Amino acid sequence: MLEAIIEPLQYGFMQRSLVIAVLVGVICAIVGSYLMVQRLALLGDAISHSVLPGLAIAFILGADIFVGAFIAGVVSTLAIALIRTRSPIKEDAAMGIVFSAFFALGITLITIVQKTNKIDLNHFLFGNILGVTSQDVWNTAIISLFVIAVVFLLYKELLFYTFDPVGAQAAGLPVNLLNFGLMVLIALTIVASLTAVGVILVLALLITPGATAYLLVKRLNQMMILGAFIGIVASISGMYLSYFYNLPSGPAIVLVASGIFVLALLFSPSQGILTYPQSNSQGWAFWKEIKNLLRSRS
Amino acid sequence: MEDAAITVSHLGVQYRNVEALQDANFEIYPGRITGIIGPNGAGKSTLIKAILGLVSVSSGTVLYRGKPLKTQLEKVAYVPQRSMIDWSYPATVWDVVLMGRVRKAGWFRRFSHVSRQVAATALERVGMSEYRDRSIGQLSGGQQQRVFLARALAEEAEVFCFDEPLAGIDKKTEAVIFEVFHELAAAGKIVLVVNHDLGEAITNFDDLVLLNKEVIASGSRATVLQPENMNRAYRGQVMFFNGEAA
Repeated sequence: MLEAIIEPLQYGFMQRSLVIAVLVGVICAIVGSYLMVQRLALLGDAISHSVLPGLAIAFILGADIFVGAFIAGVVSTLAIALIRTRSPIKEDAAMGIVFSAFFALGITLITIVQKTNKIDLNHFLFGNILGVTSQDVWNTAIISLFVIAVVFLLYKELLFYTFDPVGAQAAGLPVNLLNFGLMVLIALTIVASLTAVGVILVLALLITPGATAYLLVKRLNQMMILGAFIGIVASISGMYLSYFYNLPSGPAIVLVASGIFVLALLFSPSQGILTYPQSNSQGWAFWKEIKNLLRSRS
Repeated sequence: MEDAAITVSHLGVQYRNVEALQDANFEIYPGRITGIIGPNGAGKSTLIKAILGLVSVSSGTVLYRGKPLKTQLEKVAYVPQRSMIDWSYPATVWDVVLMGRVRKAGWFRRFSHVSRQVAATALERVGMSEYRDRSIGQLSGGQQQRVFLARALAEEAEVFCFDEPLAGIDKKTEAVIFEVFHELAAAGKIVLVVNHDLGEAITNFDDLVLLNKEVIASGSRATVLQPENMNRAYRGQVMFFNGEAA
């Protein structure tokens, strides 16, 4: 058992990828908690898909692709806000329009660049954690420290704003700045997660650990801490599964996180489906209606 | 009567070319409980938000002691409609009451001992101390409203604004709310309350602003609750209230 734990650690690439996976697990859970409590899970998906054209353009220009990805992520949130405030289109539709447009542009650009360069679309879509360099580790560590520090310093303001935005505005807090700050944190977190899980699966790391914790605790700070712990467990066990069974690492991490979520969903002491069976009465009502329909026909 | 503390002049709000509020002119006095009444869709919530600058106004000014109120929001406590809040948010009663101290605590700082003291006293005042560590989602509607009242008290404000605080609450909560309103008024604060119901609770208000897209009447309760005013505001559809005011 102990050997199985130590064996992968003798490889430099495994050390690096484990460090990145753990950092990403932590900041995704923390920042993702804000998305979840504001019912903005889809926004996480929108920003993550929208970073692709930034990656491609930065690559073409020879700039740092992560800076490009970050800029594209922030621009997408501004585009969504512009459509939402300056037209009768609602937020969910605005997200759908912006993220699919950005994503399509990203895929087109990368496909063009791919022909002449050694760059792989799949690495961006699904992550390439085994190919990380020590520079990537440093970048992720710095971003993670920054994100954690900002959340720590602005915790009470962000709690007030995400719970009651109008009340926070009435108390004189700069709510537009707070909102923009949150968007920047989300974009940074997604960029830091790109190598680990890629743009398609990062949503799972943002939402699933926080949602799991939400089923078990009752305060936002507890949700973030427990969510980060779940993120770490999922990251490490996902990496080991990936190593020993030769699975793609991003999906392995996400599957572990999802498995933990299912456990909490079934067995949460306060609101589990199995521990509180009456909560699945919805399902019974569904069958009853079908039965009634069949009966009324005959 | 004392000089007006808040002067609303020519206040108007447009939502996408729909006139939600036009040319509102009235005054609000300290030490009195002022109710904003009117039929559904009259723009009551819009008016209170426009006064605080929470929606963009198309015209007009709101002055508090001679300066725009919008620039003195640290003196304001605002309680939104209960239905505007996601009560499944992961927070306890204590978390919510402490929000009333965020502005006073200042950026990058933790809550001081004084802030915790003030929050605890406010919670005590509304009779919710024993629920301190309860999730807000587990409270009844009345208890949630009292937690919000405690949050407003914790802000130690000069101007208190409440949007529909009496909607869907129990008798006990209603009694606590009006007790606190009277205390605030007695302390010389401004108390501004959007109220949908024209039942007997209305006798708790000193002044009224009667609204239907525009201000139909404002002033003392007796002058506003004249039948001709009410008929104009409610287009003759009033189940008329025959209290001592009319």
